[in-house]
Amino acid sequence: MPLTDDEIRGLRAKARELRCLMIDVTTWAGGAHIGGALSSADLLTALYYKYLNVRPDEPDWPQRDRFVLSKGHAGVGLASVLADRGYFPNDLLHEFNHFKSPFGMHLDGAKVPGVDASTGSLGHGLSQALGMAWGARYQGESWLTYCLLGDGECNEGSVWEAAMAASHHRATNLITLVDRNRLMIDGPTEDVMSLEPLADKWRAFGFQVVEIDGHDFAQIAAAVEGARARARRPDAVAPTVVIAHTVKGKGVDFMEDNVKWHYGSLDSELAARARASIERVA
Amino acid sequence: MMAGRPTTAAVTGTTWNVYDANTLTQAEIYGRVLTELGEKDARIVALTADLAKSTKIGVFGERFPERLVNVGIAEQNLFGMAAGMARSGLLPFVSTMSVFASMRALEQVRTDICYQGLDVKIIATHGGISFGQAGTTHHCTEDIAIMRALAGMTMIVPADGYETANAVRACIERPGPVYIRLGRGFEPLHYADEDYGFRIGTAVEIAPGADFTVVCCGVAVYHAAQAAAILAETDGVSVRVLNMHTLKPLDDAAVLAAARETGHILTVEEHTVIGGLGSAVADVLAQSGVTCTFAKVGLPDCYSEVGYPEDLYCHYGIDIDGIVDRIRVMLGIVAELDEDWEDEV
Repeated sequence: MPLTDDEIRGLRAKARELRCLMIDVTTWAGGAHIGGALSSADLLTALYYKYLNVRPDEPDWPQRDRFVLSKGHAGVGLASVLADRGYFPNDLLHEFNHFKSPFGMHLDGAKVPGVDASTGSLGHGLSQALGMAWGARYQGESWLTYCLLGDGECNEGSVWEAAMAASHHRATNLITLVDRNRLMIDGPTEDVMSLEPLADKWRAFGFQVVEIDGHDFAQIAAAVEGARARARRPDAVAPTVVIAHTVKGKGVDFMEDNVKWHYGSLDSELAARARASIERVA
Repeated sequence: MMAGRPTTAAVTGTTWNVYDANTLTQAEIYGRVLTELGEKDARIVALTADLAKSTKIGVFGERFPERLVNVGIAEQNLFGMAAGMARSGLLPFVSTMSVFASMRALEQVRTDICYQGLDVKIIATHGGISFGQAGTTHHCTEDIAIMRALAGMTMIVPADGYETANAVRACIERPGPVYIRLGRGFEPLHYADEDYGFRIGTAVEIAPGADFTVVCCGVAVYHAAQAAAILAETDGVSVRVLNMHTLKPLDDAAVLAAARETGHILTVEEHTVIGGLGSAVADVLAQSGVTCTFAKVGLPDCYSEVGYPEDLYCHYGIDIDGIVDRIRVMLGIVAELDEDWEDEV
């Protein structure tokens, strides 16, 4: 069912609020991977405020949907979402990156409630998510596993090992999303190590590919709902990958599409400018 | 209990007996024991990377086809998927050759499994130089050093098929990741049955001795036990043999008792002398203040030669003669050369 206009307005407002929190956490942390957190912020918002069947007060609830942040450097984004969603108090985020904090740039599932896999090293998430999806099916469970990949991460051979296996095992209960922000640390993906034709690559590996604007909630909703419907269809064979075309640093004018903001730190003046820019977005 | 080469038909395990132990490889026994355990525990699933036949995890797959995942030749995905399965509440056993388990997918083993403290059991076959003819690409003389360095990992090198069965049973009760290193499967049996009190982390004294101690693991256990018997008979030297099947956590107390009580320790392992059993024992000794003479036998800092394992064991001094000679040198015994030298080997 498509989102109502009210729902879309609500998700947009929530995404603005979360982006501001990500800016705050980056400031408290002394630096974070803010660019790729902001590019995936709308995807994370849609998943955590509309689709994931989770219980923040019972993070290990066995029947919960799983979410694997394979692009683990976006931990500043996920931690902000989890705090806002009620997994732990926002105050804890003040300690982000500090000595003995539960929060490092790459989140540790043993320390942060709601984190289903400790990621950070790229190319590890999809295999783990596939193992979870396989485990769900083996145990007759209907929960779904979502996995968010970075686009640069798709350089890793292990991503394609997992993709091959997901398709082989017809893991339709695994929903893969790619944050296609087109930038990696050293520059544009197509300059450093070209990924295109990315959709064709996923198709060749046996996936049902959906390409969307990753900042348009109506498109995100349609893609995720389509994938969820396929997960329930006994005749569906191909797992779904949603290639979400995004803008790195989305929402902060001086960060958008700027490779310098893969990782950065903010003083109070820059942070205020960033928040003001986010608030100007409709 | 020590047995040499049993031929009687005593039965201990529920799915295999002494005849099997003599004719099956360690890995085949592993496959059978895992199948037996799988009958009782639906959480047990198995994964391999196109080595179902070679690692014998296929035995489990024949009984439970829906519980064996073959990921193809893709070891990173092998260990990543196992981590995810463990996260979903299952108890995955992963089998591939030790060279791939310990190196090809090391970061998955470290980050996905050990760092997350997951119950994944790794059965690494073709350890050491047991696949000697295959060439150095298929040898694995570094895995003890590597796995010992991973926090949270339990590392076991069984002496033979019986100890393999014990280790596989015991690892289920042990929380967290466990790495069990097997040979290719043509190694001689040391034990006569499973009933000798195997416990993870506790060395087994397989020969008492007051004059000297050999600390060993894996195939070296059989050779060391035979060497001790020879030295007792021909030199009147009483050699203690400790089967240090668990490399991590190491049985420090057994090492220190041996140092105090016998004054000489020799370690023997099918592994580089850098970072393996010998280094682990040396760590314990160096920090204890207990003094003794000490030496390590294993592969020197090199890539292993090609050949039948028995020839390689001889070449690197891991065999019976090599151990006997080394102990004599350490004790300053000048071996008598006579016409009857064959009674020593």
